[in-house]
Amino acid sequence: MNHDYQKDISGCGLTGLISRKRRRIGGADIVKSLCLMTDRGNGLGAGYAAYGIYPEFKDFYAFHIMFDEPSVRWTLEEYLKNNYHIEKIEEIPTSPVKAIPIAPLLVRYFVTPLRDKMAGDIQEADFVVNTVMKVNSEIEGAYIFSSGKNMGAFKGVGNPRDIAEFFRIEEYEGWTWTAHTRFPTNTPGWWGGAHPFTLLDWSIVHNGEISSYGINKRYLEMFGYKLTLLTDTEVAAYMLDLLIRRQGLDIPSACLVLAAPFWKKIDSLPEGEREALTALRQTYGSALLNGPFSILFGHSKGLVGINDRIKLRPLVAATKDDVTYMASEESAIRAICPAPDKVWAPRAGDPVIVNLED
Amino acid sequence: MFKSLAPPEYLATIDREKCIRCKRCIQNCGWGVYSWGGDKVLINTSKCVKCLRCYHYCPEEAIEIVDNPTRFKQNAYWGYNHLRNIKRQAETGGIPLTGMGSDLPYTILFDSLLIDACQVTNPSIDPLREPMELRTYLGKKPSSVEFEKGRDGKLKLKTKMPPQLKLSLPIIFSPMSFGSISLNAQKVLAIAAKECGILMNTGEGGLHEDLFPYRDNIIVQVASGRFGVNPDYLNAGVAVEIKIGQGAKPGIGGHLPGEKIPLEVARARMIPVGTDAISPAPQHDIYSIEDLRQLIYAIKEATNYKPVSVKIAAVHNVAAIASGIVRAGADIVYLDGFRGGTGAAPSIIRDHLGIPIEHAIAAVDDRLRQEGIRNEASIIAAGGIRSSADAAKAIALGADAVAIATAALITMGCTTCGKCYTGNCSWGITTQRPELTARLDPEVYAERLINLIHAWEHELKEILGALGINAIESLRGNRERLRGVGLDTQILDILGVKPAGR
Repeated sequence: MNHDYQKDISGCGLTGLISRKRRRIGGADIVKSLCLMTDRGNGLGAGYAAYGIYPEFKDFYAFHIMFDEPSVRWTLEEYLKNNYHIEKIEEIPTSPVKAIPIAPLLVRYFVTPLRDKMAGDIQEADFVVNTVMKVNSEIEGAYIFSSGKNMGAFKGVGNPRDIAEFFRIEEYEGWTWTAHTRFPTNTPGWWGGAHPFTLLDWSIVHNGEISSYGINKRYLEMFGYKLTLLTDTEVAAYMLDLLIRRQGLDIPSACLVLAAPFWKKIDSLPEGEREALTALRQTYGSALLNGPFSILFGHSKGLVGINDRIKLRPLVAATKDDVTYMASEESAIRAICPAPDKVWAPRAGDPVIVNLED
Repeated sequence: MFKSLAPPEYLATIDREKCIRCKRCIQNCGWGVYSWGGDKVLINTSKCVKCLRCYHYCPEEAIEIVDNPTRFKQNAYWGYNHLRNIKRQAETGGIPLTGMGSDLPYTILFDSLLIDACQVTNPSIDPLREPMELRTYLGKKPSSVEFEKGRDGKLKLKTKMPPQLKLSLPIIFSPMSFGSISLNAQKVLAIAAKECGILMNTGEGGLHEDLFPYRDNIIVQVASGRFGVNPDYLNAGVAVEIKIGQGAKPGIGGHLPGEKIPLEVARARMIPVGTDAISPAPQHDIYSIEDLRQLIYAIKEATNYKPVSVKIAAVHNVAAIASGIVRAGADIVYLDGFRGGTGAAPSIIRDHLGIPIEHAIAAVDDRLRQEGIRNEASIIAAGGIRSSADAAKAIALGADAVAIATAALITMGCTTCGKCYTGNCSWGITTQRPELTARLDPEVYAERLINLIHAWEHELKEILGALGINAIESLRGNRERLRGVGLDTQILDILGVKPAGR
């Protein structure tokens, strides 16, 4: 029964940073920033995503996969081998942490789709998305939690410091980082449920509870997405994938869908713009994320922060030289950047869009 | 005369002590219950329908209308209506008619659904302090839009948008023809629609010239009788509706007797005065979905591509039918549930054919999504919307907007007595008798209807606020925010709703 699901709800803290000049920054900063916001999590989930961490495999999709049972690994690898060239397989390096006595088996695969398996004129990205959807909904006990190129997500059940230690986050260097600590109010305990949530090179960390979840989910299902995680974050990630990758909207327009301007504002715009925004709302009404949220979404070309249309969740931004910081709390920024050039609170629905320099 | 073996339903009584013999009751009753006996008011209670017009206009509170205590022996199987109808049929050999929607105690799913509210983890929103958007656009939507950047860097639309009907809130008035209701009642609807930024619908009765000033708020209807249809009529409103069926009488045509066709009605319908206006059961040029497609496109050609709505009764296979209608090119699918009202229908049809609107919305919305065509048409849900809560539930199940008729008539004085088909409505609504219609002052009653719409608008905003959402599109199809109480697993599955507690 497609309606009979239990939605996953949580409060959270998030933080992110990006070097516009693609300067690779060690993981220590983001860990320190996240760990400051102790009140925003309850130790039931934390995670990190970083871009630019696999320069030696940058042309391969990096699949991070968790297995509930080690035996599932062989089923999954059988499937992967039939569809992908596998450049490298390795267990994701971890360190033992006292507070994390049990963890799923974590393996990463650097892969590229086999040409002859890509039927018709299917795009490579669609092929990978289909794989992620298929594995996550059909191979029980296997879960692909990261699938982009030269990027990766690391997440699990635990507090931010323990998860960082477990995944040896400080050993990675990336030009974009996002991180998340969770305060789930129901169904804790599954590693896949932690943030960041990723698809291809999209990664999302999200704070909030999307009150429009029901229709957002059904809207995405109309386009073939399978929502297996039942979290708001998953909705946000797939929505961006749909709007930007599949339907070709640019990032500012996609933000106008997720946090649509009010009709009152649209009505007051000059004709051309009014017509454009009216059409956008008419067409994408079911994609509006309504209810409190702040979201950071990273991608291969940059980082975006956005709030809901009446700003019911905090989001602070700051810049220092080539780095832009965004976090739930200003203190989380100042913990790693004590004297920013500029600090501001983005207005409701106004995205902060940072693009990497080429 | 042979006294009917069906005892009167109601007893009209006058307290003779209180009565001042002002004769207002005689004047007000459209049914002929009261007459003047020289020194007192005489009562023929068998004609009483309990519409309460006399009670309302009695200055001395002398009138009381009570349910006749003399009833057939109570029987849980052979109900009152069974006996009464059999006796009436034995006397007349005819089909007992009725008006309004079915009043039988079938399960009312609206009353088994409860709406969510926010606590702690997501904040509720105060509609008195924050913007709360109910604006709704009806019509075909593209699945994606394309833009080009203008020279000024601003967004410029590249996609050609299909025509849209703009509503200030997702409530419109259901079709009711001039003939089934009075011109004054139609004027009430038109004035209120204009004032509230919504739409009324002519029904199958043509368009009276007095309504021309309201054309921006009118949908014109084309039904099986094709009354009043010509190119000017098709272009007179903002959209055209093809009526295939009506919830109260699915599969049944209509029959407006010649006695109800005076000059004005005849002119609007373009038929001779005093002739019966018969709407056949099917449209005789639509025997299939491909025929419907031809009519949809013929109308689009004739109107320079205004939106076309197709109205159907909610029947068992409604999802597949609606899918076909969308693929045939309709911009709007209007679903009318079995509780929907009527001016006249055989009671056996009204009470036993069709399905409730709640099931129909869920089934149609699901099917259109499964087929990936939900954006191709808007869904209007009608057939027993009694309150803003019903409207909110219908929208959460998947409707874009709801249509109301009975609720609108109640603001004009209607008490749902169900005798619309007689043409004697004492409130001047479902009658063409000039002395009765004259009492329905369009300006005065429009004010009451506008009040109702505004009140529901406020209530919808409160509901959205409690749900923590500030735009109606976030409620539309958001079944996650509904819970069922006392419904079995299969019904919950059909509705796509979880049980309360989950």
